[in-house]
Amino acid sequence: MEPAEIIQHSGGAIGAAWLMIALPLVGAAVLLLGGRRTDKFGHLLGVLMAVASFVVAALSFMQLLGFAPGERRRGIELYDFIPGLAKVGLLVDPLSISFCLLITFVGSLIHIYSIGYMAHDPNRRRFFAYLNLFVAAMLLLVLADNYVALFVGWEGVGLASYLLIGFWQHKPSAATAAKKAFIVNRVGDFGLLIGIFTIFATFHTLAFSDVLGNASKASSGTLTAIGLLLLVGACGKSAQLPLQSWLLDAMEGPTPVSALIHAATMVTAGVYLIVRSGPIFEGAGTAQLVVTIVGVATLLAGAIIGTAKDDIKKALAGSTMSQIGYMVLAAGIGPVGYAFAIAHLITHGFFKADMFLGAGSVMHAMNDEVDMRKYGALRKVMPVTFVTFLIGYLAIIGFPLLSGYFTKDGIIETAMEHNAILGWLAVLGAGITGFYMSRLVFMTFFGAKRWEPTAHPHESPAVMTWPLIILSIGAIGLGAFLVLGNRFMTFLAPAVGAPEEMPSFHPVSPTGLATLALVAIGAAFAWFKYGRAEVPAVAPRASFLTTFARRDLYGDALNEALFMRPGQWLTRLAVFFDNRGVDGLVNGLAAGIGGTSGRLRRVQTGFVRSYALSIFLGAAVLAGAWLVVGNL
Amino acid sequence: MNGTIQAPSIEYALLAPLLVVFGAAIVGVLVEAFAPRYLRSAIHLPLTLLSLAGAFALAVWQAIKGVPTKPAAMGAVAVDGPALFIWGTILILAFVSVLLIKDEEHFVGSAAAVPGSAEEEQSLVERAAHTEVYPLLLFAVGGMLLFPAANDLLVAFVALEVMSLPLYLLCGLARRRRLLSQEAAVKYFLLGAFSSAFFLYGTALLYGYAGSVDLAKINQALGTVGGQDTLLYIGAAMLGVGLLFKIGAAPFQAWKPDVYQGSPTPITALMASGTLVAAFGALLRVFWVGLGGLDWDWRPVFYGVAILTMVVGAILAITQTDIKRMLAYSSIAHGGFLLIGVIATGHTPAENTSALSGLLFYLVAYGFTTVGAFAVVTMVRDAGGEAWHLSRWAGLGKRSPLLAGTFAFFLLAFAGIPLTSGFFGKYAVFQAAVANGATPLVIVGVVASAIAAFFYVRVIVLMFFSDPAADGPSVVLPSRGTAAVVGIAALATVVLGVYPQPVLDLAHTAAQSLFVR
Repeated sequence: MEPAEIIQHSGGAIGAAWLMIALPLVGAAVLLLGGRRTDKFGHLLGVLMAVASFVVAALSFMQLLGFAPGERRRGIELYDFIPGLAKVGLLVDPLSISFCLLITFVGSLIHIYSIGYMAHDPNRRRFFAYLNLFVAAMLLLVLADNYVALFVGWEGVGLASYLLIGFWQHKPSAATAAKKAFIVNRVGDFGLLIGIFTIFATFHTLAFSDVLGNASKASSGTLTAIGLLLLVGACGKSAQLPLQSWLLDAMEGPTPVSALIHAATMVTAGVYLIVRSGPIFEGAGTAQLVVTIVGVATLLAGAIIGTAKDDIKKALAGSTMSQIGYMVLAAGIGPVGYAFAIAHLITHGFFKADMFLGAGSVMHAMNDEVDMRKYGALRKVMPVTFVTFLIGYLAIIGFPLLSGYFTKDGIIETAMEHNAILGWLAVLGAGITGFYMSRLVFMTFFGAKRWEPTAHPHESPAVMTWPLIILSIGAIGLGAFLVLGNRFMTFLAPAVGAPEEMPSFHPVSPTGLATLALVAIGAAFAWFKYGRAEVPAVAPRASFLTTFARRDLYGDALNEALFMRPGQWLTRLAVFFDNRGVDGLVNGLAAGIGGTSGRLRRVQTGFVRSYALSIFLGAAVLAGAWLVVGNL
Repeated sequence: MNGTIQAPSIEYALLAPLLVVFGAAIVGVLVEAFAPRYLRSAIHLPLTLLSLAGAFALAVWQAIKGVPTKPAAMGAVAVDGPALFIWGTILILAFVSVLLIKDEEHFVGSAAAVPGSAEEEQSLVERAAHTEVYPLLLFAVGGMLLFPAANDLLVAFVALEVMSLPLYLLCGLARRRRLLSQEAAVKYFLLGAFSSAFFLYGTALLYGYAGSVDLAKINQALGTVGGQDTLLYIGAAMLGVGLLFKIGAAPFQAWKPDVYQGSPTPITALMASGTLVAAFGALLRVFWVGLGGLDWDWRPVFYGVAILTMVVGAILAITQTDIKRMLAYSSIAHGGFLLIGVIATGHTPAENTSALSGLLFYLVAYGFTTVGAFAVVTMVRDAGGEAWHLSRWAGLGKRSPLLAGTFAFFLLAFAGIPLTSGFFGKYAVFQAAVANGATPLVIVGVVASAIAAFFYVRVIVLMFFSDPAADGPSVVLPSRGTAAVVGIAALATVVLGVYPQPVLDLAHTAAQSLFVR
């Protein structure tokens, strides 16, 4: 089934969809420009704007459901900058509204949670301003109806991410991490930018409707080039290999930021880009193959990194990489995979945000300690956090009937049908997930107390636990709701297309059973190593493999050797060339113009007689030229 | 000849905007003659503003009622779409300039007093004021209105003089730097008279060629009169000199920096906006209507003039140290950009419409920005009046961020940065030029814009990134009029840059009918 036509729309909640972006943007502007005067109510205003944005999204969703499925792609014209060349509008369709609901709903919960989490931070207002800025930019990214506006949103979330990772800029590690995220993302953004240029050169427009509708007319070589360039952009933003290195360091930001931006929403922008640009990838088999390979490689790399981290947030970050790897894998498979990719993205948004906020709750209780080797036995003192975290954990490992079971299993089944090697590697990834997530839960909530003497853990306040409870409800039921009866695939079909034959869900399939078995083995292994056995308070010397994983698979070392050092040499060379060559030329040119100006200036003597003479001579030249031209 | 003179039939309703302005000017003269001194400015200001607003309303009413398809007043005046658009533009710009002129401290108390004499002291003590400024201004505006609408070379000449003579006077009335001001007035007068002579000579030669001074008849004669081509070419060239002088195109630009610098700044603002608009309107009419059939001959000549103008304007501006001289050179460069629009005639009415509407939009955009920029100049003062030297503007951004920010915004609009009105003006004109095969000219235009951007940005850098001088100029609290001018200009520059469509559409509608013949 092909995607439906876009219908121009006005009126109703969808007609006011721009409010979704405008409200948080106004919030950010008020809080940033208002300065200290807004300290008192800043956090409340931030929450209010996020919730209002959610209300608009929900109303738009309702209105969208009122249309027949084939009429659910609504275009809203906003601004015509250069007539016929640069139009800006919004596209509300099943794909974008799914993202809007996720972003605004999870975003609102995290805003609320942050009231408690950041209660003692003197810069809480600024924090909420950045959060609002992020929500606005992210919504622009997904609602844009063309690649330029998407790119503006793309850079906007990058900026918000940078500001929030480095929110505690007094810590050198946070400042460095922010810079690193920014620089690595720049690589991806350049890829995306060149991809957008290529799109414009090929299609002479950047509107989704024109580009994607005519994708089949371009040559497959061009489409492959565009697809790969877009993939580079997606890799940067979604922390896929080889641009994954920034995500682990990004955990320096406050935990709500990690939950919202570096787990639930921003890092999934790459998946959105690939799914949105589906027709381009569908016309370029090679690009799709590369997408699936990147996805599988990342899902394994993320899982392996997750097994060796003692920092609870970094372990979760590895897991995020890995889960996004699953989504990218599914997105690379084509229309069969799109719905599963987005469904997993949504359920992942819930359970990963749930777990990150749970981890934040634990850190809040443990004096901001992040080393799991200093946790243990927290299930009794923090019952709400424990239960909600447990639900998120069961969801992510794919425990039957919870969210992850349906969505991740869907991806694995689809991958298996597409290509057996990819399928088995995805199964293996699920097994490793079972191990590292169990390890995390056992080290944190079970076993013996290994607390620092100063730690007095306690349950978090209600403003923090309620978001956890709501998110965990999503982690329980959302997967079944979306996947059973292909409900989500049918809903999404008008936006991204759907396979001729809808896949059917098998409760007991060979692949599913194999996955469950591997997950069970992984979990059992973790129980023997970290649940039953004593966990040493200091990480023991480990084998080569573990060190490999602890060092993020030597990603940083690789980057340093391959890019940073040659890059530095290149920079020096460029500076040398710039000083000697380019500057000489540019300065020469400037001096030439300046000198001409200085010389010409002397013609301006101030004497009327010379002015009159110049007019007279000018008239003579003009008349002479006229005579020459006229008599040609 | 039967000895009786037939009264000409005149469409008074069509000419109403003109008549209102001229009528108010005459009433103004009567006020000068009969009203007591202390009442004069209280009468002049509302009279001037009301007449300008009334004329504007009449022009709008005329545009709504429908544009006539043939010239009025026995073929002497053409009130057509472009003319009405230009009238509206000039009237708004004049209205805004009057708000600046209202601050009488810009003008000398007694122009006849020798600078530095006891007489001058005396006039200052008496708080004397030249309220003649208002009627003079109205006469000039009336001339500006008639000039682009004149469908007959003699009417055009009369309009040119009606527009110019009051301006010569007004230029000499600056309160400070009076010698400079008087010098400017004399220079402007001498050179203006010189160039008018060219215009008149051109008219005579063309009459000799075509046997008529009516633009439509001249156009009809093209190609039908044999053996007189030299007369035609030289006549056209002489007309061109007269018109290009008013625009300030190179090599006839020399007066502009001196006159802009010496004149009272509000008058400079009026000249830089209103006169430029009027002169371009007249240039378009003379060359598109009167010599439209000759465009293969005049286009190459204007090609060269446009290139020279852009280059001279942009390059000479770089080494200027006086803010008003810099803006004058900027105005010369913009005249060059606008000339591209004049040259960008196509082969079909639709192509001509797009070129003309681009040009009209550019005129509106540039007019507002330039009035705003000069209004800012009036507000930055030293002990001796306006802080004219650029070095005095250093660090202004730290002292008055709002004013410096607004000025920076105007400069960016001059440079043609997107999201300012200047961008769309240039875009519209350049686009029409590319569509009509004048791409090399556009390339020169873009390079000149790049050079021009240098000196605009240099001022911004100076204002925001240099340390303020210890005894730097202070920014006076603007009077309500000046504040309104800056506000209106900034608003127009923003709106035309962000949401230009309504004005673009209006310009397009105005240009649709092209000029009546």
